[in-house]
Amino acid sequence: MKYVDEFRDGKLGAKIAASIRAEADPKRHYSFMEFCGGHTHAISRYGIADMLPDNVHMIHGPGCPVCVLPVGRIDQAIELASRENVTLCTYGDLMRVPASKRRSLLQAKADGSDIRMVYSTLDALKIAEQEPERRVVFFAIGFETTTPPTALAIKVAAKKKLKNFSVFCNHVLTPAAIQNILESPDVRELGTVQLDGFVGPAHVSTVIGTQPYEYFAEEFHSPVVVAGFEPLDMIQAILMLVRQVNAGTNLVENEFSRAVKRHGNEHAKRDVADVFELRKTFEWRGLGEVPYSALRIKDSYSEFDAERLFSMTYVPTPDNPACDCGAILRGVKKPTDCKLFGTACTPDTPMGSCMVSSEGSCAAHWTYGRFRDEDKADNNKARA
Amino acid sequence: MNNMKTRKAKLDIKSGRVNLTHGAGGRAMNDLIEVIFKNAFDNDFLAQGNDQSAFDVGEGRMVMSTDGYVITPMFFPGGDIGSLAVHGTVNDVALSGAKPLYLSAGFIIEEGFPLADLKRIVDSMGAASRAAGVPIITGDTKVVNKGMADGVFITTAGVGVVPKGLELSGDKARVGDKIIVSGTLGDHGVAVMSKRENLSFEVEIESDSAALHTLIADMVAGHGAALRCMRDPTRGGLAATLNELAEQSNVGMCIREADVPLKPQVVAACELLGLDPLNVANEGKLIAIIAPEAADDLVALMRAHPLGQDAAVIGEVVADERNFVRMKTAFGGERMVDWLSGEQLPRIC
Repeated sequence: MKYVDEFRDGKLGAKIAASIRAEADPKRHYSFMEFCGGHTHAISRYGIADMLPDNVHMIHGPGCPVCVLPVGRIDQAIELASRENVTLCTYGDLMRVPASKRRSLLQAKADGSDIRMVYSTLDALKIAEQEPERRVVFFAIGFETTTPPTALAIKVAAKKKLKNFSVFCNHVLTPAAIQNILESPDVRELGTVQLDGFVGPAHVSTVIGTQPYEYFAEEFHSPVVVAGFEPLDMIQAILMLVRQVNAGTNLVENEFSRAVKRHGNEHAKRDVADVFELRKTFEWRGLGEVPYSALRIKDSYSEFDAERLFSMTYVPTPDNPACDCGAILRGVKKPTDCKLFGTACTPDTPMGSCMVSSEGSCAAHWTYGRFRDEDKADNNKARA
Repeated sequence: MNNMKTRKAKLDIKSGRVNLTHGAGGRAMNDLIEVIFKNAFDNDFLAQGNDQSAFDVGEGRMVMSTDGYVITPMFFPGGDIGSLAVHGTVNDVALSGAKPLYLSAGFIIEEGFPLADLKRIVDSMGAASRAAGVPIITGDTKVVNKGMADGVFITTAGVGVVPKGLELSGDKARVGDKIIVSGTLGDHGVAVMSKRENLSFEVEIESDSAALHTLIADMVAGHGAALRCMRDPTRGGLAATLNELAEQSNVGMCIREADVPLKPQVVAACELLGLDPLNVANEGKLIAIIAPEAADDLVALMRAHPLGQDAAVIGEVVADERNFVRMKTAFGGERMVDWLSGEQLPRIC
């Protein structure tokens, strides 16, 4: 497939992998975080970890929109869907996320709530137009990539004077999350997480550009390489990070130059700025309350704000205490460190959000990589 | 399908709809059977007009299989629920190495279903059964209240006979055996998805829905002794089938991504929808596990058949007590090929 196969070329990949092996200093360890779930997925799906030397390793970051949504927000959505005449539209992978009291949107749907899976905000708008008697709410989640389509849907709804369409807004911001990780005691003071650099988001950066990363690259002495989601992008970005670490630089580099500009997509940013404003604070699963890390709908579009329209109130709900999703999302723990991983918690019976979305680090590791754990266990046994 | 000598049947095929009287056992039901089913399935067994059909069986072991068909949408590029109901069951019987002999067909029809659509489905079923040379020799129709079914549900059962001495089974894969697929994967699933209401994308791809028994007969005749088992990767795709076989035989499997035949349109559609083609359904493909020494000859033989032109060895059976299916990625790494979790798609077969 044109423009895709070129970025999955195994021969070129092997060459870059050889450069990483040649250039990585055997006397030190390199530890990089890929922020995005899309990158986590690519690493697992293409087996990129197999191509890296032992002293270069990747930490999976919190950039999975389904994973970082706190349980309380799903509870709110379930409650909303149970109200009279409400049709809740949502992206498919939210359906199975476990909420409190062992509920989920899928369960609520089976119990009779009108919850529909959509592929885009436009599908939700269409439902609102076709079924004027229903109060259609779009359950909006995601980082900067999915925010512009939500902004556009609200603008179109306003233009068409739709009275039965609203948005339950849960859009979050990438730079705020990265900064939160860099400022966390695990990274800054305790040193429990060694972080030598970031693979910056692909699709998010097409919208916001590379500029927003410049501040913390400098402030936290952390190189950032923005990379595409294809395996060659990924492995090339790792090589670029190794080179920056070796050279002692803290630059924001753009590997994904075929899609990302320094200032991003001005049109998309304008639409987002027209409709949304910053929330003072927002709870993230794993990171807790993060100041100015999410968006809400502006007063001028308040008639499309489900939170106001339905007087929704947020009640924080603690995670299952045995689930390590929080620590895994911060890079403090690996999926296999969690007691539930692979026992009580599998993609068929997810306990935590990291196991639900295919972008979640637990699901990615379970689905694509768990043969390595047992290999290691076997090797250890053999050595003993 | 019961047959009575009757007056001329009255049925408005063009704009009529199935109603509850069509399932009530009276004249209306007889009209439906006369006009729609008998013409389409026409054969000597049905013409006898009994509630069952009797037939002789040759030497060998008998095989029986049954499957229900509830696909949405009912008409898709390359087929429809009718042809699928024939192909699917013919294949399930034939994959044991058997020659499929006869089919039965049961219909559950939702009140209000257009007669024209029903006729189109039944005609297609008749055509598929004639083309395969496997007649439908007994059947049943029921009509249920609106909302109790979704259009039409079809169940077919098939019987066949396996030649003496041939015992294919999913628990016979041995370390070192080769894994063969008969052609490109994912065509059916993508063709069906492209016609879903909420997924408007255009892709020039047809379902691979086909009866594989003649290909299978060639394979059995040429290399029956070396064949361990065959299976069709329908729901859950190649991934599910290989995992099933690995567990059944208590082995592991290792395949090479670069050797898995895929049409570029299928790759593109899966890319767009975020699907893995290895999880996508097929209706005219088979997986064969065979002793290593016969694998290349079997592939050559399969490629000589129109339904096996893209046949390829994609990997080997390996020792693994955890029964994992692994894949060498085209990029140079390795990953697992796991069962699908939850429902990736609405129903497609």
